[in-house]
Amino acid sequence: MKARTMAKPSFIQGLLRGRTAVIGLPYAWLLIFFALPFVIVAKISVSEMETVHFKDLISYADGMLRLSIKLGNYLFITQDDLYFLSYVASLKYAAVTTVGCLLIGYPFAYFMARARGTLQPALLMLVMLPFWTSFLLRVYAWKGLLGEHGWVAEAIEAVGLDQLLLAAGLIPALGKLMNTPFSLVVGMIYTYLPFMILPLYASLAKMDLRLLEAAADLGATPWVGFWRITVPLSKAGIIAGSMLVFIPCVGEFVIPELLGGPQTLMIGRVLWDEFFSNNDWPMASAVAVVMILLIIVPLAIFNKYQAESQEAKR
Amino acid sequence: MSSGATIKARRAILGPQATRWFGRGWLGLGYVFLYLPILALIIYSFNDSNIASVWGGFTLKWYGQLLQDREVVTGLWLSMQIAFVTACSSVLLGIFAAFALVKYKRFKGRTLFAGMVNAPLVMPEVIVGLSLLLMLVSMQRALGFPERGMLTIWLGHLLLGLAYATVVIGARLQDLPPQLEEAAMDLGAKPFQVFMLVTLPMIAQSLLSAWLLTFTLSLDDVVLSAFLSGPGATTLPLVIFSRARLGVSPSINAVATVIILVVSVGVILASVLIARQERRRAQEMAAAQRGG
Repeated sequence: MKARTMAKPSFIQGLLRGRTAVIGLPYAWLLIFFALPFVIVAKISVSEMETVHFKDLISYADGMLRLSIKLGNYLFITQDDLYFLSYVASLKYAAVTTVGCLLIGYPFAYFMARARGTLQPALLMLVMLPFWTSFLLRVYAWKGLLGEHGWVAEAIEAVGLDQLLLAAGLIPALGKLMNTPFSLVVGMIYTYLPFMILPLYASLAKMDLRLLEAAADLGATPWVGFWRITVPLSKAGIIAGSMLVFIPCVGEFVIPELLGGPQTLMIGRVLWDEFFSNNDWPMASAVAVVMILLIIVPLAIFNKYQAESQEAKR
Repeated sequence: MSSGATIKARRAILGPQATRWFGRGWLGLGYVFLYLPILALIIYSFNDSNIASVWGGFTLKWYGQLLQDREVVTGLWLSMQIAFVTACSSVLLGIFAAFALVKYKRFKGRTLFAGMVNAPLVMPEVIVGLSLLLMLVSMQRALGFPERGMLTIWLGHLLLGLAYATVVIGARLQDLPPQLEEAAMDLGAKPFQVFMLVTLPMIAQSLLSAWLLTFTLSLDDVVLSAFLSGPGATTLPLVIFSRARLGVSPSINAVATVIILVVSVGVILASVLIARQERRRAQEMAAAQRGG
């Protein structure tokens, strides 16, 4: 082997050897480029916007130390309907997407995990493959599929499903599927479905099937076995998948922009407009801070389960 | 499932015949759902009609136009450069982060570290983009750099790439039997040698997967790029996005098909290489065990 040529220690070797470097390097990087920016956003959200600069929060002049905090942006968010409604709409669409992904994804992951062992790697690869294909382009493709004369639009109209959608209030008129809440939800479920399937599959595939055999021996029907054994054992997968779908959906920008049309307000678009169209950076920051507050609980749950699954594997 | 499972046990797991057919149907429909948009993009890129969703015969004209489209060509070149650098740096930093999380169970602030590594996986990109940009602007005011452009886009992509690379590499590290590393250590190898000669070859496959994944993620990113790009640094997704906002256009279908083709060839090539390498490794292991 090559062992002999590697023997001479070098400076870099010495540096890499220490666990300090292994932990310290990514840690420092994340503190500077991930944690610190949030502190700065929080700071700017209470700053006053001046023509080019923000006012400093703490200023010192004429022997007076001044601390100026502007809460106006937050007051505005609580008082203005636009913001309130878009937060509500974002949470609503995120919830609908999560439930939709779970309803489609759970049976999918289940049958995938119970397929013949030799078939499973291929089935898994086929779920992963869309990850390698541009997300932007796949979302864009739905514009064509649901638009006038699109394949899916024509199929839905052919079976009269659009009447159902109209009754459910998901589309404004018969034959109009694109740029509606319906097309938005289809795009979101489509995009996030693999994020639901993969953790579910992981938890269902490693399940001990002897438990089901034991349950059957004790007289449980397959249905009872499924509800009382399989579902509880896949709880970690359900939670991880739901969080992987729900949290990014709350702030989703690209999908509502391409598929949602003008009526569907989502908070990600509001933030984008505050920043790029109104150039109101403190306001955009305040919108972001409130968004973080909304997702902080699901985020904590996600991290807890992520940490637990890492521990469980040891 | 063990081969000796009784019929009764099999039924307990799979349910009656009807359930199995239901399962096949569900999987089939699921895959149709996942692949329909990709198929549509490819087919309509050959559509000889200016109205994108009406079929007007076969043509290659959109591909011809693509080569002359300066915006697309320069955008693609910029995106490729950023994606390459992002993938390399994400994997390097990802090895460190995955090691820290998997191998070192106790260190100060581990929970915070794990949280920061995982958060970009789910954190809405508008928040990450906005906060990173505002920090970079503050930094530029204080220090005079960095200008918005390739460098700042790379910083944003690395944040996302690091999270994904750490998950992929960490999963592989967790599955490794610790005995091999321990044996090498007992035989007197220094930690760095153990890493280079034992650990690295065993996780090589995950490094390649992580590299490809972060490369494609970077190549695809819209939101972070929009926040972090400066004038003159327009990546391909930004070009596509601004056109797609206006409506459906056949030229985007052609770009899409080219990207899908290139990425598919890359992924298939990589997985063939990985499969071959795995087989060789398994054979070596078997031979070593027989010999020992």
